[in-house]
Amino acid sequence: MGDYVRQLQFPGDSSDLSRRAPLALRLHLDVPLLLLLVVLTLFGLVVLYSASGQKMAAVVRQGQYFLLAYGVMFLAAQIDLKRYQRWSPWFYLLGVLLLVGVIFFGVGAKGAQRWLSLGGFRFQPSEILKLVMPLTVAWYLSSRTVPPRFKYVLACLLLVAIPSVLILLQPDLGTALLIAASGLFVLFMAGIGWSYIVGAFLLACASAWPVWMYVLKDYQKQRILTLLNPESDKLGAGWNIIQSKTAIGSGGWEGKGWLNGTQSQLDFLPESHTDFIIAVLAEEFGLRGVLFLMALYLLIVLRGFWIAVYANSNFGRMVAGSITLTFFVYIFVNMGMVAGLLPVVGVPLPLVSAGGTSVVTLMAGFGLLMAIATGDSGRPR
Amino acid sequence: MSRSRLAAVAPWRFYLVAIALLAMLALLVGRVLSLQVLDVEHGRSFLQDQGESRAMRNAEIPAYRGVIADRRGEPLAVSTPVISLVADPRLLTAVEDLSPLATALDMPLADLQARLDRFTGRSFMYLRRHMVPAAAREVLALKLPGVSGRREYQRYYPAGEVAGHLVGFTNLDGRGIAGLELAYDDWLKGTPGKKQYIKDLRGDVVRDIGVLEPARSGKDLRLSIDLRLQYLHHQELQRAMALTGAASGSIVTLDSHTGEVLAMVNHPVYNPNGRRGISPDQTRNRAVTDMFEPGSTMKTFTLVAALESGRYSTESMIDTSPGRIRVGRKTLPDPRNYGEISVSRVIEKSSQVGVTKIALDIGHEPIQDVFRRFGFGAALGTGFPGESAGQLPNRRRWSDIEKVTLAFGYGLTATPLQLAHAYASFANDGVMPPVSLLAANETAPVGIRVVEADIAREVRKVLQRVTEEHGTARRAQVPGYAVGGKTGTVRKVGPGGYQDNKHIAFFAGIAPIADPRFVTVVVINEPQGEATGGGAVAAPVFSRVAQGTLRLLNLPPDEHDAALVLAAQGAGVSG
Repeated sequence: MGDYVRQLQFPGDSSDLSRRAPLALRLHLDVPLLLLLVVLTLFGLVVLYSASGQKMAAVVRQGQYFLLAYGVMFLAAQIDLKRYQRWSPWFYLLGVLLLVGVIFFGVGAKGAQRWLSLGGFRFQPSEILKLVMPLTVAWYLSSRTVPPRFKYVLACLLLVAIPSVLILLQPDLGTALLIAASGLFVLFMAGIGWSYIVGAFLLACASAWPVWMYVLKDYQKQRILTLLNPESDKLGAGWNIIQSKTAIGSGGWEGKGWLNGTQSQLDFLPESHTDFIIAVLAEEFGLRGVLFLMALYLLIVLRGFWIAVYANSNFGRMVAGSITLTFFVYIFVNMGMVAGLLPVVGVPLPLVSAGGTSVVTLMAGFGLLMAIATGDSGRPR
Repeated sequence: MSRSRLAAVAPWRFYLVAIALLAMLALLVGRVLSLQVLDVEHGRSFLQDQGESRAMRNAEIPAYRGVIADRRGEPLAVSTPVISLVADPRLLTAVEDLSPLATALDMPLADLQARLDRFTGRSFMYLRRHMVPAAAREVLALKLPGVSGRREYQRYYPAGEVAGHLVGFTNLDGRGIAGLELAYDDWLKGTPGKKQYIKDLRGDVVRDIGVLEPARSGKDLRLSIDLRLQYLHHQELQRAMALTGAASGSIVTLDSHTGEVLAMVNHPVYNPNGRRGISPDQTRNRAVTDMFEPGSTMKTFTLVAALESGRYSTESMIDTSPGRIRVGRKTLPDPRNYGEISVSRVIEKSSQVGVTKIALDIGHEPIQDVFRRFGFGAALGTGFPGESAGQLPNRRRWSDIEKVTLAFGYGLTATPLQLAHAYASFANDGVMPPVSLLAANETAPVGIRVVEADIAREVRKVLQRVTEEHGTARRAQVPGYAVGGKTGTVRKVGPGGYQDNKHIAFFAGIAPIADPRFVTVVVINEPQGEATGGGAVAAPVFSRVAQGTLRLLNLPPDEHDAALVLAAQGAGVSG
């Protein structure tokens, strides 16, 4: 089986590649991924200009975030995978401590306490966990045999549960679920048996009722009910969904043209430049624009899996798979929410919605992917 | 060891994941497809309509209301563009400081605040309607959220109170609610146009799409009245009101050939341009809406019945001694014993005894028939809102006193316009023209013959004598012109029957009497003081009105009466 994998890893003539020693490889950049990201971010800026009400300032600020994020990605790509492996438990410890700190010293708004303020610089410790969680679970599992035995699975679940519960307490259900998922994806990548997966699925179904009754807050229940019947509260919770569906629907195949969407330009669509930006895209660029964006995302995800499949360590493989899957979950949750398939949760459209934090985190993740793709200990080609 | 590690995370697991992801993506695409492109229920077309209906708005372009003018084209009602300021209270309440708005609106801040509080939670309110455009633009320049202007038209009445009763007025929305503005609203109002525009969430107009349908202006209306005559009548009525202290009054002048109303005035008056605090009492066009017992002015029609019976000519003699006559339990007196006098003199003197004898002789049927033929008890059909038809009694049994009083003009009611209309038949040699408030077309209207021409001329001669030396209406004379007419004085009906101290004075006159051009009816209701009769109160008003009207119509004086003109002027100066 190992021979089989090795064959896949080197489909071309490796000696030819190493003789050229391309610049991209020396800079630890994965060119296909980088090109896709550049096209995506540029397209995102074009949409953002329209979605922000044609404010150049918003585009410039987002551009600055992108530059910063590309810098972070570049740095993250330079670090050797072994170092990530060594550091991940300490990152994890730091992350958990910061999350505990949020509970005591956090600042926040709208009834949620999510931020830590350090010398005027505000950040969400939960963002760190988005990367640290898969790293840590992968670190734990990579030193053990895979598929993991039952007690190691339990240990992993504990690793996942601690930060997830802390984030849930903030409360930030969406992020908690995303982070838990990124950890669980590693377990899945590690090849746990189908019995675990089926069991977890049954457990999730069984717990739906008690979760609904005792865990979910009223506003969260409201969001789910609103999803099922947005017309029940047209001016309140249903407003966003109705307006975004209207925006998408009125785009048609060709769209109304850039800057010509009435829903978005005339302020009917709320959060048009952040979480609901894809509705702007759909209204102004039509289905063609949506399919173009989906194609970009799909290519990025496929490239991520390519990297995961041809990573030559289990650690790299699990981390790459988890990061890619998490990225996809972002896309799916956001688009599903805007299209009225999923409840409204505050998940931005990756690399297109305005905002700095998620962009930096995502690009750091892609830097990690590039490190896996180009690192000495895990070069795929 | 390495073998077991790598084997576990086999590629097929990734491929499975990739397939799952593709399936999820397909779900998303399918969802977007159904929203965007496919024609399913609540799909694309529904959502596109929704999108349009959020932003697209149709607005009305107000139509220009037609001008009302007099027969010579002088404007009586015109529309001028104004701006009404409207606001969305939900947005305006967010404004911290309303004092600049209050100042610009020229409204106390407390009032504005109270108004705003009243409309809390609504999405529309008027701040101030019908502002002068310049003032409204000052307010709009403040650029307050939710405040916008609407173009509207305001009605302006240049003749003011002089033609107010006839013309009527519109409400704030430009719809006629009184007078001819109401009667011809459909004609005047025009058709509002439609335009389309795009608005944003706050209701601000973002872009005009264009005019879907231009507004069509209303049609103009040309009335039969002559504003110069209207002013003259108004002035004379006001003067009479001041002299007599009467409660109300009306003067109507008809063109006797065409039936057009040349002037129609009433008292009390109101100003249609500033209607604050006016009462319905002031706005009534009494000449058309109010019914009176016409009294002795009806004796002329009794005379017609007498002449038509063939039993009397104007020179037939009637003995009125001893100056009173008993009918049933009532005694009807003349002012004095006139002795044996001609039928003509009976009318000249308005002798109760003479008319009583005629009425008892010919019976009530011919009298009633004449009244009906001359239009009493039937609507004139002018279309004026609130027009009264008057009442003509139709009894099964008539007592003698009822027959007699009908011949005197009691027991029936008529409007001043009806009375003028009936007299126009005498002026027009027995043909009754249709009455009209609008200027007649080129083609002369077709009248109805109600009496033989020679009888009409006979009656005119009698009416002329009424205004001469021995008649009851000497004061109706007009210097230089021979006129004719009949006085009337009725006691008003009160709680206990006819009252001795409340009268209505009438005069119905024709000028010039030889070749008549117009008919004028003067009604003075409840004149105060010693003189309350038609001859003393209403006849002089007729004289002045007729004099002015004859001059304005450029009618030459009767040449052979030049000496009489001088004599009359001399009498006027000395008396």
